[in-house]
Amino acid sequence: MELLNVLLQIEAAGLAALGAGVAAIGAGMGIGKIGAAALESMARQPEATGDIRASMIIAAALIEGVALFGVIVCLLVVLG
Amino acid sequence: MTFNKLSRPLFAFLTAMLFAAQPMLFAQDNVEQAESTQVESEEKPFKAGEMIIEHILDAHEIHLIGDLVIYLPVITYSDDGLKVFSSSKLYHNEQSFVDHEGEHQVYYEHDGLVMYKERIYAAANGGVTLDPETGEVANATVLDFSITKTVAGLFLTCLILMFLFFSVARGYKKRKDSAPKGVQSFMEPLILFIRDEVVIPSVGAKKADRYMPFLLTIFFFIWIANVLGLIPFLGGFNVTGTLSVTLVLALIVFLVTTFSGNKHYWGHILWPPGVPFPIKLILVPIEFLGIFIKPLVLMIRLTANITAGHIIMLAFVALIFIFGNSMGETVGHGVGVGSVLFMVFMFFLELLVAFLQAYVFTLLASLYIGDATQEAHT
Repeated sequence: MELLNVLLQIEAAGLAALGAGVAAIGAGMGIGKIGAAALESMARQPEATGDIRASMIIAAALIEGVALFGVIVCLLVVLG
Repeated sequence: MTFNKLSRPLFAFLTAMLFAAQPMLFAQDNVEQAESTQVESEEKPFKAGEMIIEHILDAHEIHLIGDLVIYLPVITYSDDGLKVFSSSKLYHNEQSFVDHEGEHQVYYEHDGLVMYKERIYAAANGGVTLDPETGEVANATVLDFSITKTVAGLFLTCLILMFLFFSVARGYKKRKDSAPKGVQSFMEPLILFIRDEVVIPSVGAKKADRYMPFLLTIFFFIWIANVLGLIPFLGGFNVTGTLSVTLVLALIVFLVTTFSGNKHYWGHILWPPGVPFPIKLILVPIEFLGIFIKPLVLMIRLTANITAGHIIMLAFVALIFIFGNSMGETVGHGVGVGSVLFMVFMFFLELLVAFLQAYVFTLLASLYIGDATQEAHT
């Protein structure tokens, strides 16, 4: 019962901070995979480095957008 | 020098970065700017969260250094009619009241208007009245057409755009058949990069010229507005970091795709060909929602990236004062050295993000336009 009482007292701001952290985990995992795949393919075919680098940066920007979507929601919880 | 397909976008990007990296040299001054606010806040404790939020949100003045402030005009329309005056009259008339939690809150008052937390309301008899339960302001609102910091940033971006591109256009007209000189030769790789690497692959060579002005404007507007927010002493504009500005940009992209959508576009969305009927029932609502969600995500992506960058820079500055206030000045100085190094690194990252977000916005906008105007597959 004590645990339940403690859990029920969690403020929205605390949960928002937790949510932002989880969003950061998602971004880290996603962009890590992109980086790993890009490095591997650059090692396999060094002539395509330029194209691969450009695609990696674009894909990273798009995934970061989704993660920051979560951060914005948490920020809105804290601010309003 | 021959430009092969790979080196042209890289060259365009590098020259643009070198040009935009000048503000990095002023990273040191960013610390001094925050120090001056410490002098006046000796009476109240330094609250990092408040400082960060205050620098992200809009304001009716442009605070340059210390006491050097540019007061922007306040333009409101209410039942009392149109009121236009300089915001210095508001900011120099500070009042305070005690809210329902017993804390002192500051507001500014002038000519029947009150400004609480940078929002303007009609003055009630007691100044600002807060609803006792929700803590929200209970005054009547007025129509606020003031030139705020974000609006001034918008005007500044447009001025820079016009100045830059009128000279480029004039240069092309003057030197019709000869090599480009000056600003022209700087802009040309960027413009050709957008046309050849972004627009033509998505929209096709036939229709590219129709959508090029729009996409070029989007690209350079977002890029210049992003970089404007990074220049240290210029009052901390946050143009593309406000949801309203990016909402309008996304809305314009939505309108362009909707109004240039041809029969095949709407056919693919509302009745996708070659799809079995049960899957069609699931696919059609998703595609229909997608029409609205795609510009919405454009808006959020841009706002979130730029605001997050600003918050990181401000957090590094706040770190210095958090350590300095709680553990003594020497610790503050030491943390200051490390913090400034981190800030220089983050500045480079933010410059990259400024260009990248403009590029991604333009790329996705041209992809959506290309989707909308594609001809039937044969």
